[in-house]
Amino acid sequence: MFYQIDNAVLTLVVLCALAAINIKDLLGAGILFGAYSFMMCLLWAVMGAVDVAFTEASVGAGVSTVLFIAAVFRTSRRTKD
Amino acid sequence: MKILAIALCLLLGGALVFVVGDFPDWGDPMSPPNDYRLSKHFIENTMEETSVPNIVTAVLADYRGFDTMFETAVIFTAALACFFLLRTWGRRPSKPDNVYMHLLTGVHVRLKHGKTLSPQSRTFARVESEILRYDLVTSTVCRLMIPFIQLFALYVVAHGHHSPGGGFQGGVILGASFLLLAISHDLRTLRERFPEVKLMYLLIAGIVLYSGVGFACMIYGGNFLEYEALGPLMGVTPVMAHSLGILFVEIGVAMTVMATMILIYNYISSLGTYERGL
Repeated sequence: MFYQIDNAVLTLVVLCALAAINIKDLLGAGILFGAYSFMMCLLWAVMGAVDVAFTEASVGAGVSTVLFIAAVFRTSRRTKD
Repeated sequence: MKILAIALCLLLGGALVFVVGDFPDWGDPMSPPNDYRLSKHFIENTMEETSVPNIVTAVLADYRGFDTMFETAVIFTAALACFFLLRTWGRRPSKPDNVYMHLLTGVHVRLKHGKTLSPQSRTFARVESEILRYDLVTSTVCRLMIPFIQLFALYVVAHGHHSPGGGFQGGVILGASFLLLAISHDLRTLRERFPEVKLMYLLIAGIVLYSGVGFACMIYGGNFLEYEALGPLMGVTPVMAHSLGILFVEIGVAMTVMATMILIYNYISSLGTYERGL
């Protein structure tokens, strides 16, 4: 992969992480974590660790986002701080 | 307190960035993990020793199979912990009301004393409660997609030693397909196909299958999880027995992981009652 795309993905990872911490809406934070995991999956795939990328895509971006959403629906959507 | 936390974060982050500079370059053949004789052995001899082209799976399920067994046990323990923490047993009516929705108008009908309509009815569909919306587009699209997702998951499990994938990934994808069913329809649809008891059996069966393969190796004269010993039993060469042993073990992992994913989601979404989903 071209290093420009690599840099763009890395920047997006950092942006997603910062946004997930700062956002007030917890549902949005869950979705941002999904996006973060998907970017990480792309990075693993670029580095040739395809098995890790596969796990990251299925566990990180897939199931854990669903679990976050279920937890948010059953608690509250807004955070206090 | 907040200043202290920020200072601590900056200090640890700075230390991390400082240490990363000492890492070997990416893909450096002379770096310690690439240069050590163990990794050389794996790269050069995996194919002759196990006839598994995917070295990652061979290392995961064969060379360090004992480790992976206890990784599966960790997932099993996670499911048990969720069961003990989240599961609640409320008093449930022996004849609960059934709620049906008229598909064309969206009007809800509540039938008391456990009366039911024909499940084949094309005008009424059973829903969990009056609050839930039944969306024709979402449920139809998901119903079309789920079989393909499951087929792909089974491919990932069965083909894990030839291509990326394996028990963990395949199990998660298989579990995710059932979560899609629970989200697009409702929890009752999933519960009818997969009662809690069946999931528990699956959870236990996976880890029993894994350790059972290990004990079978011991019975046939090998060490624990030394798949070569199973060669005469399955009628294949010892090298091929490694490949087949990895497949059995991966199936066990997939069963446990799948049951864990579904159980955790169901407990969270139904507040531990296992009755009504989101």
